[in-house]
Amino acid sequence: MTDLTCKLLIIGAGPGGYVCAIRAGQLGIDTIVVDAGKPGGTCLNVGCIPSKAMIHAADEFHKIAHVNDGPLGISASAPSIDLAQTVAWKDGIVQRLNTGVSALMKKAKARFVTGQARFLDGKTVEVTNGDEVQQIRAEYVVIATGSAPVELPFLPFGGPILSSTEALDLTEVPETLAVVGGGYIGLELGTVFAKLGSKVTVVEAEDRILSLYDKALTKPVAKRLEDLGVTVMTGTKAQGYSDGALQTDQGKVAAEKVLVTVGRRPRTAGIGIEELALTQDGPFVKIDSFCQTSMRGIYAIGDVTGEPMLAHRAMAQGEMVAEHIAGHAVEWDKRAIPAVCFTDPEVVTCGALPGEIDGTKSSEFPFKANGRAMTTERDDGFVRVVYREEDHAVVGLQAVGAEISELSASFSLAIEMGACLEDIAATIHVHPTQSEGLQEACLKALGHALHI
Amino acid sequence: MGVFAIRLPDVGEGIAEAELVEWHVKVGDVVREDDVLAAVMTDKAAVEVPSSVDGKVLALGGEIGDMIAIGAVLIRIEVDGEGNESGDVEAPTAAPVEERPAVVEAVAAPAPKPAAKPAAAPVVSAPVKRAAGTKPLASPSVRARAREEGVDLRQVPGSGAAGRISHADLDNWIASGGIQQGGVTRGQNTGVEEVRVIGMRRKIAEKMAISKRQIPHITIVEEVDMSALEDLRAALNAKHKGERAKLTLLPFLMRAIVEAVREQPELNARYDDEAGVIHRHGGVHVGIATQTPNGLNVPVVKHAEAGSLWDNAETVARLAQEARDGTIKRDELSGGTITITSLGPLGAIATTPIINHPEVAIVGVNKMQIRPVWDGQQFQPRKMMNISCSFDHRVIDGWDAAVFVQKLKTLLETPAMLFVEG
Repeated sequence: MTDLTCKLLIIGAGPGGYVCAIRAGQLGIDTIVVDAGKPGGTCLNVGCIPSKAMIHAADEFHKIAHVNDGPLGISASAPSIDLAQTVAWKDGIVQRLNTGVSALMKKAKARFVTGQARFLDGKTVEVTNGDEVQQIRAEYVVIATGSAPVELPFLPFGGPILSSTEALDLTEVPETLAVVGGGYIGLELGTVFAKLGSKVTVVEAEDRILSLYDKALTKPVAKRLEDLGVTVMTGTKAQGYSDGALQTDQGKVAAEKVLVTVGRRPRTAGIGIEELALTQDGPFVKIDSFCQTSMRGIYAIGDVTGEPMLAHRAMAQGEMVAEHIAGHAVEWDKRAIPAVCFTDPEVVTCGALPGEIDGTKSSEFPFKANGRAMTTERDDGFVRVVYREEDHAVVGLQAVGAEISELSASFSLAIEMGACLEDIAATIHVHPTQSEGLQEACLKALGHALHI
Repeated sequence: MGVFAIRLPDVGEGIAEAELVEWHVKVGDVVREDDVLAAVMTDKAAVEVPSSVDGKVLALGGEIGDMIAIGAVLIRIEVDGEGNESGDVEAPTAAPVEERPAVVEAVAAPAPKPAAKPAAAPVVSAPVKRAAGTKPLASPSVRARAREEGVDLRQVPGSGAAGRISHADLDNWIASGGIQQGGVTRGQNTGVEEVRVIGMRRKIAEKMAISKRQIPHITIVEEVDMSALEDLRAALNAKHKGERAKLTLLPFLMRAIVEAVREQPELNARYDDEAGVIHRHGGVHVGIATQTPNGLNVPVVKHAEAGSLWDNAETVARLAQEARDGTIKRDELSGGTITITSLGPLGAIATTPIINHPEVAIVGVNKMQIRPVWDGQQFQPRKMMNISCSFDHRVIDGWDAAVFVQKLKTLLETPAMLFVEG
């Protein structure tokens, strides 16, 4: 195959890589994107998007299954689910988005090359696709190889041992499911199967689930898991799998399938990153505030550069890198990277948690006092604001509540714009919505909440 | 209710217009009779215009810096009873003799600005107190612009709540020259402050331009041994200490000039170059260049030939004080026939004084210092002073200029001659 040259070569077509390609194309930079898989990366193919589809399907099923227990006066006969059809629907969405991303890159005149990339040197990459090998020379290279699920040596993936990828493709609801790792991925998928009827056990080595968040935020989630019949074993270590049961240091857990979600590792192996001897930050590629690595002309974005491993962080980095290469005066100066945990209820965090920064205080407004929350039968959770005591600058916003993820936009906007308590308190929020909780939390911090 | 228009009175010496330098009132103010409404600048003095009625200010007749024709409407005041403006009286905007619209209507009238503070530089408050490591509060667009402009936002004071930096704050910072180059402790100051040249400064600028444009200057610098005169001055001051005004060098210089021009009347003159006539004056009216808070002023000691040393000393002291206070009368700021300019201890070794048009000569005094002088056998420490004198070379030849300077030198070095011959 003929060798190619370009100004910008992006390795990986995930949310970081494809956004970088689109922006670079807009800026008139001759760009090639290489990926062994379909465009969209983990996020689109086996992560954010398919998991949200499955969460939605499970929610719908669960609502109908339990509507007779509810106060609404609705009765329905017991529903059934054809999970294979659900997965096919989910795959349809993924496929539509694959096509969409390809079209967007094409429109931006970025070329897409399928194959596994490997660095030959800092300017040259070898791309292998089956028997075909070609070299691409580029002035700039962006490493956007993402991350992969961490495998436990005593629970190797395969057969009944699933990573999140396989769990999203199950065509039958397992009787019993053990989830190893009580982080957000394990809890999101564990909840899906609990709602679909599996007997789910979460095995977490730490003393509580979602240990990165504070207890107040995770408590409504733990409560809901309990209501859904999920057993949560904290302070428990998985040890192995045999005879249809997960061995732990607290005894056996019956499990037709075991979902292992103990974290994700950066994909640096097999693409020659080690040979380039780029400076590392632990297992990650170390970058500066322009996403430049230790080698001139080589950038890195997304999960491969470390936490938080979030698609929207990668996208923002990709956009910035394209502009940096185009010579724009850009620099990574984001004040906050919002994160959403699509558990039930959902958890939104943005900026500092209480106690994380000296001189800050926090104020909460519970959804129990929110009319809209009551009308959706979900008044669990709260909105919380963390602010500097000295000048009322808002430095953190969190919420836990059903379908609260959309509030993340208000949170990140407030923090990026440098809002103070007074700004949010003086902004009209629509009644009746859960967003009123944000305004009320700020009013409460100022000592004059209206609805509590 | 009626409208009373106050017109700019004839404030001096047949001038046609005066510059508006200060408003003491603004639209909507209630004024009483005799309240000061505005100040205008004529010749070299500011003249205050009082109100002749009680009422409320409706409209101002111009902005600071505008030239207002004598007789043009300066201000309109709403008064009880009938005003002096009605339909059949000359319409305010239709005053054909005026070069500019006479009235800036109320809506367009800006709040009066204190003349003393023209075009103040953007105010940048004291360095901001931000905890180390704390990122400044600013929206993403402000941050992006700061990067493009090379501004480190941590240095920029924020006017918003919690010190949030707005686009306006960034504008002010850039305008004030606050741009810091990365890593360099001494930033370039690229700020430019605009100062309107108005009032006294405009008068000075115009006068200087006329003098320098019309007059081909010749400047002669000569060295004068002031030792004898300084001894005399010290003796006189010691003798009359507490009784009479302290004698500075100026009355002696005035005396020397009076003596010198007695033989060279062409130097004590005003040259009307348009008419082509030189007016040689009998009286010696010595202008004294005086620094005031508003700039250079030249009060004139009239008939220096008629005053004693002490008379002239007192007059100079009084005029200088009045010039600095701004209370000097207009006729004491004009009519000079020759000028002295002295910067005292700042006087340098030589200067090139600019003649006060339409005069034809100016005597510049440089600083006095003890210098070694060869007396034929050895060096003597003498109190030496240079004088730098400029002449209008159109009407004063170099020869005559040199003769005058030598005469001054002789008189100052032998101070007895200042008196025995007069």
